[in-house]
Amino acid sequence: MKKFARLLVAMLVILALGCTAALAEITVGIVNNPPSESGYREANVKDFEKVFCAENGYTAKTFYSLKNDEQLAAAQQFITDGVDYLLISAAETTGWDAVLQSAQENGIGVFLFDRMIDCDESLYNAAVVSDMANQGKLAVEWLISLNLPEYNIIHIQGAMGSDAQIGRTGALDEKVAADEAWKIVVQQTATWDEAEAKKIVESVINSKEAFNIIYAENDGMAKGAVAALDDAGITHGVEGDVIVMGFDCNKWALRELLAGNWNYDGQCSPFQAEVISGLIQKLEAGETIEQKLIISEERGFDAKTITQEDIDTFGLGE
Amino acid sequence: MAKTAKKKAGWSKYSQLIVPVLSILLIVVFNLFRDPGFFSIEVTTNNAGSTVLTGNLVSILNGASELAILAMGMTLVTAACGGQDISVGALAAIAGSVFVKVLRSGEITIPSILLGVVACCVVAMAFGAFNGTLVSVFKIQPMIATLVLFTCGRSVAYWINGGATPTVESPLITAIGSFIPGIPVPTPILIVILMGILFALVFRFTTLGLYTQTVGINQRAARLNGINTTAIKLISFMILGVCCAVAGVIAVSRLSLINHETLLLDIEMDAILAVAIGGNALGGGKFKITGSVLGAYAIQALTITLYAMKVPSTDVKAYKAIVIILIVVVGSPVVKAKLSRLWKRIRHGDAGKEAAV
Repeated sequence: MKKFARLLVAMLVILALGCTAALAEITVGIVNNPPSESGYREANVKDFEKVFCAENGYTAKTFYSLKNDEQLAAAQQFITDGVDYLLISAAETTGWDAVLQSAQENGIGVFLFDRMIDCDESLYNAAVVSDMANQGKLAVEWLISLNLPEYNIIHIQGAMGSDAQIGRTGALDEKVAADEAWKIVVQQTATWDEAEAKKIVESVINSKEAFNIIYAENDGMAKGAVAALDDAGITHGVEGDVIVMGFDCNKWALRELLAGNWNYDGQCSPFQAEVISGLIQKLEAGETIEQKLIISEERGFDAKTITQEDIDTFGLGE
Repeated sequence: MAKTAKKKAGWSKYSQLIVPVLSILLIVVFNLFRDPGFFSIEVTTNNAGSTVLTGNLVSILNGASELAILAMGMTLVTAACGGQDISVGALAAIAGSVFVKVLRSGEITIPSILLGVVACCVVAMAFGAFNGTLVSVFKIQPMIATLVLFTCGRSVAYWINGGATPTVESPLITAIGSFIPGIPVPTPILIVILMGILFALVFRFTTLGLYTQTVGINQRAARLNGINTTAIKLISFMILGVCCAVAGVIAVSRLSLINHETLLLDIEMDAILAVAIGGNALGGGKFKITGSVLGAYAIQALTITLYAMKVPSTDVKAYKAIVIILIVVVGSPVVKAKLSRLWKRIRHGDAGKEAAV
């Protein structure tokens, strides 16, 4: 009798453990780019690690690569492993149809984050992405709000053809074409390279052409541009002659804003994990997701209004 | 007669420098036609409040600093091993990361900067020794041996940084990267001069130059004459390591920030090119470091010219390639031999005429 009781207790315990495990554990397969890619990616990866952890009831399998084919193979492996959800930030926008199809056939939920994939909308549950074109629009609107008598712009572009470059260039190009007071002094790509940006600005200074705005498509290039201004004795920032604009909101860049050395920094939010986790919980509770495309809320920071709190909340890196 | 022979020997000593000097002259003349004020130097006050020189000439000399220093080391490796190190950009990124790591571990003072420089030199020399060992002991082709570090170097730098782009803000760092208060010449230019003097002293007071050349020309003969060929090759790589460290420190100090992905990206190609434009045999042997340094300035002058002409920077590389093909072809042994034959014929023709008169 005693033996039987013990057996019963043991069985109950096992059953209970099994049940809780089955209830709480949601397996997610995360396919992302490696954190070494950029400050943005580092914050992005950390954000996902923070949200998709055991305490929140997730088991996360991760795979990081800059190469599309490796990402595809990893996603396929995750499907074979039987994950519940696939979260993907694709290296390239094409080539994903077959893998997503196979995920759908196996009843695996798919969420895209950070980057869109070129495929039919029905192949994923939702996409949580940044709207790069909107970032450019916000920055240009901010510039318009300054009401300067003339706009002579040095435009330093990112790697040509990248999402961020196309989005951030688009709005400015449009405005320059439409308004005669807006002139591009030079438009060059520095391919995200700080030193290259410095050389570009140096060559404009040496040519003695007048300019009053530097529109750099990321923080590093804005820093390179400012180094060239400093060497030539040209003042910049809130009290200075030249307006400096950057993107990405690295903590060090926001500190430049707070110090008044720069004027504007556009946000590119890497924090998508919380939103996706919310959507997964919704699906788990049997609800449906109405909106396929969810745009991360992003804003631009003005040197005149930024606070230390903003830096702590929105700054990337350290 | 004896006098002319001596004069001729004196000339041939510098004949290697004809191509780099000519290419620089060509760029200079082109720019003077395009914009007579191109090379004007101006005195201004920078934002730190000191009097400084600015202008395209300063930009060229300043911007080429890292390249010139790397070209010095690359010349030595090329001469000794008959091959090139393609990992210099990656190694400079590692060295820069070590430099930043040391500086960020405490307050930035002159002693901590010196410590940082020493630390990154030691690390870079160790990696140089690694490359050198693969080449000299295991007899692996230099380009293949250094491919290892070329591939993984920037990941190592990331790992050292522990984050994407750590910054080091201090007036002392700005002094290394741009201007020392009171001195109107950019500090990187001064560092290049210092490195040049160091190299000159080493060659003047040691047999390193001669031994390197000997190993490069005929390794077997060198060994039979009692030269430790393994050691010479190893040393050349370690010296290049120091060059990488110095270049890394300059590049980091320019922006007070390290981005391991973009720091001195693709510079290995320009460094090898500088060695080639400098008239050094890429197969090893005779070498002239002055030539490589001139080559580095020629490359930078070309880049700055293209920027000044507002050539889109996506196209800059293509234009650069065209000019480089011209320079390298003119400097090639085939064309050189043809030209010297032509020169001889003209001179003999003149001599014939004189005799007739």
